[in-house]
Amino acid sequence: MQNLEDLKEQVRKALPELDVVIGWTGGYDPLHATPHFIRRDEDIDKLQVNALCVHNLATYLPSLRGKKVGIIVKGCDSRSVVELLQENLIDREDVTIFGFGCTGVVDQTKIRRIVGDVGNIDSCEISSSKVKVSASGTEHKLAMSDVLSEKCATCRYPNAVLSDHFAGSEIEATASFEDGYKDVEEFEEKSVEEKFGFWLKEMDRCIRCYACRNACPMCVCRDHCVAQSRDPHWLSQEAHVRDKWMFQVIHAYHLAGRCTECGECQRACPVDIPILLFKKKMNKEIKDVFDYEAGINPDATPPLMTFKAEEDKIIERKW
Amino acid sequence: MPILEGKELRIVGFLCNWCSYGGADTAGVGRFKQPTDLRVIKVPCSGRIDPLFIVKTLMAGADGVLVSGCHPRDCHYTEGNFYARRRLEILKRFLPIMGIDAKRFEYTWVSASEGQRWQEVVTKFTEQIHELGAAPKIAGAEAEETLKLMEAAL
Repeated sequence: MQNLEDLKEQVRKALPELDVVIGWTGGYDPLHATPHFIRRDEDIDKLQVNALCVHNLATYLPSLRGKKVGIIVKGCDSRSVVELLQENLIDREDVTIFGFGCTGVVDQTKIRRIVGDVGNIDSCEISSSKVKVSASGTEHKLAMSDVLSEKCATCRYPNAVLSDHFAGSEIEATASFEDGYKDVEEFEEKSVEEKFGFWLKEMDRCIRCYACRNACPMCVCRDHCVAQSRDPHWLSQEAHVRDKWMFQVIHAYHLAGRCTECGECQRACPVDIPILLFKKKMNKEIKDVFDYEAGINPDATPPLMTFKAEEDKIIERKW
Repeated sequence: MPILEGKELRIVGFLCNWCSYGGADTAGVGRFKQPTDLRVIKVPCSGRIDPLFIVKTLMAGADGVLVSGCHPRDCHYTEGNFYARRRLEILKRFLPIMGIDAKRFEYTWVSASEGQRWQEVVTKFTEQIHELGAAPKIAGAEAEETLKLMEAAL
């Protein structure tokens, strides 16, 4: 990122007023970044902002409520912050948002599929168009377009939608709403049986680790999640595909009109189940019926929390 | 052995206490002929229905789900069915991506005096489900295994 120094300077100026600033830093190997909690001046130098910074840091905000928190956000992350503000899960006066123009992040799964063994990474160089990875002594030159995360290829909000400080210049988005949902439309064209079979097969891999839930910035019930409750008993303890699948539908439905499509659920999934598809489908229908998108306006009312006596787009069945 | 064994499908109906349940009762009192596939679950209001009830019902093996409440503007609790309408509409649009035919789920409004209408709704919906046939079941080795273990424990 070209304006890292500006960002660091903004963080440095704001830090005395804040308890913590959340950003990213180098992870356990050169190919990974990790969330970074900046409390002292010397932590600022370790700050890293590049295409490896995949994590949506807004996930931490509800648990840090009551503290003065600074947060560095990509465009998509900022939508999660807005959604949390809208639902009164965090307080605006306690949160300082550092935005920047994001050019997209990588998809580690795509890198792994090309490179193969990513257990022993020697070095990793990233530019705006190329990723150079050296793994177990072999060098791989990857084009950024081949390893870019799906959500970034059709990004409509590369700049923070809400920010107190903004580093660098804004980036222009070129994608339209329809571009982002082409994959959903393509999937929908399959037959009913094919789709049913697809999910049976995909969901069977699920190990019920709940990483999708824990990574989700909007999953705020935490210890009170219905997935682990015995009363009501929505899901059994069985390792049955029915329960695994049901959980994903619960997740999608509990995010109806709230999901900001940061894609953290799918990224966190250790067995790569395409669960974002459910959430995208939900968002596509919400947009179509209610002309609403989550995480844009902190003062908006979520569509399922309100109603109109005469709905504009709901055509009921006449018997 | 029941006479309709194998000919009937499993349809679950969620009916609100104040209108549709009364409507079904009116149909019964009026001795209107209706198909017998529907099993009714009474709920206080259509707004009580979590769309996930319907998903869970379908995943547990129901062939169809029918939701019926008071007509909009006639809700006993003033606005329960307005919220329900939004939720159920989104559910109906969501089901196809799961590989469940959206025709397996319908929602409608029947008031307590509309016995005739109730008969019509049940008949048409049951016909619709029979046209689709039995829903694909989510079976699996684990479920049978667990069942065996449970039986052995008893």
